[in-house]
Amino acid sequence: MRRHIITTILSLAAAGAMTMQPTQAASKSPGTMFAEECSACHMAFDPGFLPKRSWRAIMGNLSNHFGEDASLDDQTRNAIERYLLSNAADANGRNPYWLRRIPASQIPMRITELPWFTNEHGARARAWAKSNPKIGSISNCQGCHRGAARGVFDDD
Amino acid sequence: MKLFPNLILSGTLLAVALGAPIQPAQADPARDAIIAQLKAQAGVSSFSAARGKKFFHAKHAGGKPETPSCTTCHTNDPRNFGKTRVGKVIDPMAVSRNPQRFTDPKKVAKWFRRNCKTVLGRECTAQEKGDILTYLSSI
Ligand code: HEC
Ligand code: HEC
Ligand code: HEC
Repeated sequence: MRRHIITTILSLAAAGAMTMQPTQAASKSPGTMFAEECSACHMAFDPGFLPKRSWRAIMGNLSNHFGEDASLDDQTRNAIERYLLSNAADANGRNPYWLRRIPASQIPMRITELPWFTNEHGARARAWAKSNPKIGSISNCQGCHRGAARGVFDDD
Repeated sequence: MKLFPNLILSGTLLAVALGAPIQPAQADPARDAIIAQLKAQAGVSSFSAARGKKFFHAKHAGGKPETPSCTTCHTNDPRNFGKTRVGKVIDPMAVSRNPQRFTDPKKVAKWFRRNCKTVLGRECTAQEKGDILTYLSSI
């Protein structure tokens, strides 16, 4: 089951990586906008980590984004939301195992609160992340997974 | 045609990492234009680096408790690298260390809007913005 999660995420990451290639400015693709705007404060989390309803909720409240203002102009916001929705965990009729365990009425706002995530990262990992000033937060995937931005997490 | 900010920033990082000589803060037409526009908006003929310094280093109320000051992320010395709350490195704010700073009006407006809201719970005035940019261009 774990493999399954990882393969899905990895293939999404690979698809995402292609859109992250620098293209000439002017008309940026939604994927490029996502890669630029959503990587300013943390790495750009792969859209495949959360379902559509989560991305809608997150993109609908950027001016109060986990305690910070991450607001965007409407055009950029809309383009990024479209990108996230079309690459979400449940896009294109996908319905991964880990997502089926979450009631449809529930809107996860964090990757780090998903059941598979808390299974992989117990209280000790969280405490370690918090207490180590080089990591600072469990949301700082790259603090522990060097390859996180490329979608590589099995680096033990 | 505009270079990607990412490329510019990583270039800066590389230059700093390699110990490239630090250039004195340099005038840049794009930055001058941003400051000129702020002057017009504020209705003043000059800004104060001293006032900008005070504002940048002050602890403010009204915003989020986790981020009482600009220095929370940009550190007490804006010539140094800063860090976000999620641990991501931020390039130095001082123009002397990072000549690309404050040369893209959209970027400047976006981050003033966000960071002033986060730190003070309100937008900064044109006067405050001008003072801050003058301070960060002077060190
Ligand atoms: C101004 C800084 C900033 C920007 C820009 C930003 N974020 Fe965040 N983001 C944060 C902070 C702060 C957190 C909370 C991290 C923590 O709890 O340690 C966060 C957390 C998140 C989380 C939850 C992480 C977890 O713990 O699972 C997601 C998802 C997220 N951001 C998505 C986005 C998306 C999508 C964008 C682009 C539209 C974006 N962010 C842009 C600051 C930012
Ligand atoms: C404090 C360090 C730390 C942080 C921060 C962290 N992880 Fe992990 N992660 C671990 C450890 C330790 C494991 C277990 C390693 C193992 O069993 O392979 C793990 C396992 C994983 C796995 C399973 C890998 C596999 O193939 O078994 C994934 C996926 C993962 N983490 C994703 C993330 C994401 C996404 C983030 C950021 C939102 C994150 N991690 C943040 C330490 C961390
Ligand atoms: C929560 C962290 C955080 C706080 C607090 C913060 N900033 Fe920033 N700031 C950032 C990040 C991240 C960026 C974008 C990354 C970059 O430009 O290197 C940024 C960018 C900026 C920019 C744009 C720089 C440019 O090159 O155009 C300005 C201006 C700015 N900040 C001013 C301020 C001021 C003024 C305050 C205090 C009111 C402040 N910041 C507080 C994180 C923060």
